[in-house]
Amino acid sequence: MDKIWLVIKREYLARVKKKSFLLATLLTPLIFPAIMGVFVWISLEEKDTQALRIIEVVDENKMFFLESSDQYAFSFSDTDREEAKQMVQEGDRYGFLFIPEFDLENPQGIVFYGEDNPSMNLINYLENNLKKKIEEQRLFESGIDPKIINEVRTTVDIKSITLDEKGDETINNATVNYALGFLTGFLIYIFIFVYGNQIMQGVIEEKSSRIVEILVSSLKPFQLMLGKIVGIGAVGLTQFLIWVVLIGTLSTIVMGYLGMQMPQQTAMEMANPELANSMPQSDVSEIIQVISGIDFIGLVLSFLFYFLGGYLLYGALFAAIGSAVEAPSEAQQFMFPVTIPLIVAYMGLFVFVLNDPNSNTSFWLSIIPLTSPIAMMGRVSYGVPWTDLVLSMGLLIGGFLFTTWMAGKIYRIGILMHGTKPSYKTLWKWIRTSQ
Amino acid sequence: MLQIKNLNKSYGPNRALTAIDLSVPKGVIFGLLGPNGAGKTTLIRIINQIIEGDSGEILIDKQKLNPSHISKIGYLPEERGLYKKMKVWDQLIYFARLKGLSNYEAKSRINQWLEKLEIGSWKEKKIEDLSKGMAQKVQFISTIIHEPPLLILDEPFSGFDPVNAELIKNEILELKENGTTVILSTHRMESVELLCDQVAMINRSKKILDGTIKEVKKSFRPEVYSIAIEEPHQLIPQEWTAKEDDGTYYFTLPLSGKSPNELLNELMQYGQVKKFQEVIPSMEEIFIHQVKTAQNG
Repeated sequence: MDKIWLVIKREYLARVKKKSFLLATLLTPLIFPAIMGVFVWISLEEKDTQALRIIEVVDENKMFFLESSDQYAFSFSDTDREEAKQMVQEGDRYGFLFIPEFDLENPQGIVFYGEDNPSMNLINYLENNLKKKIEEQRLFESGIDPKIINEVRTTVDIKSITLDEKGDETINNATVNYALGFLTGFLIYIFIFVYGNQIMQGVIEEKSSRIVEILVSSLKPFQLMLGKIVGIGAVGLTQFLIWVVLIGTLSTIVMGYLGMQMPQQTAMEMANPELANSMPQSDVSEIIQVISGIDFIGLVLSFLFYFLGGYLLYGALFAAIGSAVEAPSEAQQFMFPVTIPLIVAYMGLFVFVLNDPNSNTSFWLSIIPLTSPIAMMGRVSYGVPWTDLVLSMGLLIGGFLFTTWMAGKIYRIGILMHGTKPSYKTLWKWIRTSQ
Repeated sequence: MLQIKNLNKSYGPNRALTAIDLSVPKGVIFGLLGPNGAGKTTLIRIINQIIEGDSGEILIDKQKLNPSHISKIGYLPEERGLYKKMKVWDQLIYFARLKGLSNYEAKSRINQWLEKLEIGSWKEKKIEDLSKGMAQKVQFISTIIHEPPLLILDEPFSGFDPVNAELIKNEILELKENGTTVILSTHRMESVELLCDQVAMINRSKKILDGTIKEVKKSFRPEVYSIAIEEPHQLIPQEWTAKEDDGTYYFTLPLSGKSPNELLNELMQYGQVKKFQEVIPSMEEIFIHQVKTAQNG
């Protein structure tokens, strides 16, 4: 036990003391907001600097009208098709929209000619406007005044509330749950990959530099493997913790800054929930209510559990791969069966779990130990029956005990093998033969 | 100190060790000889409890080999390995602690050894910044830092220049004086003759000879004499293939059933016998001879 502790300490300190660790830890939380900031800035800049594009409209029905925006101006000057084409060719116009005379019940033949490929936004804008106009026209023709239509048009927003046995009400918002499930699942996915790889690299380093021979004359290979996995896991947790603190501090500062500029009404609602209930609610305050309704302790605890469980399960496999090969490039052939379930879990999180946390597929993805660490996070954020949670956690514990045991067998033989490239068959032989 | 009885080990169909019996007394330097792939490394790994033998018994100080022996053995593998990115000091502390030394003990002993091998100023250097010889010294310290009563050195002199090899040789002899038992596995026969009290030779998984250096040499005497005759007054027979240098003829002759005196008498008839000496085989010759015989037989 003492010796495992020494290994953990070495693995931990060797990594945490590196400059690259410090850089990655401090910069990563800044990089994402920075990249996003750059994109936002570029797109804002673009809008400002873009020249107004003029679009000629040739409407043979003489009934459509399109409102000009900051980017596009629409000109209706009774030109004909050939003239408009000419204008586009000569560069006087960005493009022209040709609306032939058609039957309102079957509008066809609308064409946009442009000097380049028009953006999706523009086409959508045109389509929506034309569609609206045609609909209005048809309603009018069937005797309904479009004004009435406009008056009766309402927006409906369903507020979803979970009612539990005790009668406690919690406001839900699928978007928030989705975001939380996505974030936590994604973090676990990245964590397993990044730190699993570090385990593998570490094992390969010890094997190829022959340090391992000295080490295993002092302690059992299994202790060495376990110490390495735990030590590197601790590095990951440290990094994660620093991120939480950093991001927390940063967002408090940002929120504090934004808070000063928040509209009075929202601020009042937030300060006084009773008042908020009596007023129509804005999105921000609803999201805040939803967030405060989420069982964060449960979420954080299950996150930590799946975070560690998933890491331990895959970490052992990465260690086994590292022990079987002599260079990272050789590891490729064995990586496949390890990365596939990870990717399946990740894809499953998006395709099934986050969209329908209670479907059969979601259930199985969140139960099977190879995929559960990532998939279950998607369900936890929505709330999951505790029986499912217990089953999944139990299987995950069993799962990582199993992979660690199996990896230990491969590891103890693999680290001393040099010169021969192992195949799956050899790995299987190692598992069977070692006592 | 170390007793091995009927030790067997195979890797699948390949035999690595076949019925090995060895006895290493306390306080000697024991040479473990054999060509590559003979099974030396397997034997050493089994003694170090890195792997397990299939059958047989190993006793250290009359106790069956068990995990408590790990701290009593110092092992220097043939393929050296240190963490390249770790500092000399941290590395030595780590290995010493793994061998069961307390933090305090580890620090004071490492300081002593760094001074003794004149490398105290490298403490804070990373291994990757050291020369090969320097790294070997660090490796050597890490092997003996826990003052093990049994030291297993696999090719300890490889990578050292002659000056440092001499230094390490003297350290090994000093350790022996202090009662350490040393098992030395090497191909360098001159160091075997200089250092070892006893040897054992393994070839193709089997032990083919063992004993003290004297015994071994005695049993491999080819009964051949090296002779020099000055200005013979009788023609030296052609079949003796003598070489002449400045009037002196040099050649070797087997006893062929005669006693040495009979042979000498015979030779004296040819002229002045300047040299009449039994040819003692070097360990190297015995080694090569044994391996070749094993291959041919």
